[in-house]
Amino acid sequence: MFRNQYDTDVTTWSPAGRLFQVEYAMEAVKQGAAAVGLRSTSHVVLATVNKAASDLSSHQRKVFKIDDHIGVAIAGLTADGRVLSRYLRNECINHSFVYESPLPVSRLVVRLADKAQVCTQRSWKRPYGVGLLVAGLDETGAHLYYNCPSGNYFEYQAFAIGSRSQAAKTFMERRFEAFNGYSRDELIKDALFAIKETLQGEKLTSSICTVAVVGIGEPFHMLDQKIIQEVIDSIEIKEDDAAAATAAADQAPMQEEDKSSEAAPMDI
Amino acid sequence: MALRGNWMYENNGGTCVAIAGADYCVIAADTRLSVGYSIYTRDYSKICKLADKCVMASSGFQGDLKALQKNLAAKHLIYQHQHNKQMSCPAMAQLLSNTLYYKRFFPYYTFNILGGLDSDEKGCVFTYDAVGSYERVGYSAHGTGAGLIIPVLDNQLKSPSPLLLPAKDAVTPLSEMEAVDLVKDVFASATERDIYTGDKVEILVINASGIRQELMELRKD
Repeated sequence: MFRNQYDTDVTTWSPAGRLFQVEYAMEAVKQGAAAVGLRSTSHVVLATVNKAASDLSSHQRKVFKIDDHIGVAIAGLTADGRVLSRYLRNECINHSFVYESPLPVSRLVVRLADKAQVCTQRSWKRPYGVGLLVAGLDETGAHLYYNCPSGNYFEYQAFAIGSRSQAAKTFMERRFEAFNGYSRDELIKDALFAIKETLQGEKLTSSICTVAVVGIGEPFHMLDQKIIQEVIDSIEIKEDDAAAATAAADQAPMQEEDKSSEAAPMDI
Repeated sequence: MALRGNWMYENNGGTCVAIAGADYCVIAADTRLSVGYSIYTRDYSKICKLADKCVMASSGFQGDLKALQKNLAAKHLIYQHQHNKQMSCPAMAQLLSNTLYYKRFFPYYTFNILGGLDSDEKGCVFTYDAVGSYERVGYSAHGTGAGLIIPVLDNQLKSPSPLLLPAKDAVTPLSEMEAVDLVKDVFASATERDIYTGDKVEILVINASGIRQELMELRKD
């Protein structure tokens, strides 16, 4: 494309008023493996797809615990994500040390955004190539933010980033209005559903995804693989039955209701 | 730093003791906070749990102790983020030593004892001076009542001969119950004669099943 003239430096504007280096950085986020976040009034769930470089290597870490009440999921250059996570952890520790109380999520994301902005205005730096979904709980409730390489941040009810995230976003756009009333387990189920959408036909198993939760009375932690597999199985039973029901021209709604009462014992 | 006497510090009194056993560690400290001839409070904990199997007790200036505890807790959190596990007691011992020496020219006025289980689940006690010099020992005491307590511990716990080679393991063969009873006895005795020691003694026992806490009343005078 013809924008090559103005994209050498991050400190060069294009005649149309764009900073191409920053936009290229956001492209890097779009190329990364998917990550989704969903929020209710009491809980926030993050889920990511873990791509392994090859069958021989381990999966990349995309979810980081920042403090007991905050965690992040990243998409893009995971090395940048790791470095930013270290920065976020330090900010939380320093705040706790001085104020003996947890750092409010909104303040953390502002500091992160300011840090990202610096890299868009120095000729000797480059923007961070990673987008972060920041999930946290503080006195004002549960929050989900998205921080992008441009230095912007937004709060969301639900969001998805990374490759094929549009499928997850479409899925969540249909349902997000109900999220505030969701229970913790419904939120986890929908998060896995959203991840499933991004896989576009690939089989969803607990080995390729990571799920993390933070909520009232529940510090940020990653869910055990066994538990994730159980939820995935219950999703699959529901879907298989629904498919069988429509195929047999049975009353699909009634069958799904039965399955959801069966799924209730999965509540952990 | 121009120091006129000790005006930047205060001695809040109190005593702390620790005894290492084969598979447990007992740490205890009284709960009285004093200044001069006054008691500020009868209910102040000088003990801090630093990690799963590592506890620190200190006597001296409690203001510095609070700051030191917060400092170590923050460093421990960073360690946990980096290594995905808790610090072992010997690792925490080295960290404490380095943290204390860092302020060599404006020291933390705290006399610390670190107690816990080492990586082999054996009891360990580390004893410090104010600037970080430390040693692993079988038992230790610091504070205003230490002078009354250490001779008794020497009598009960010291290995037969310090000249015996190879150097024997310094942990006591006493059982956990016997060690806790000994600690209660020495605190009761120290309370009799030391005005800064009394009110209550907080005793923590660290063993494979976790950390158990006990409070025993002492004389209030």
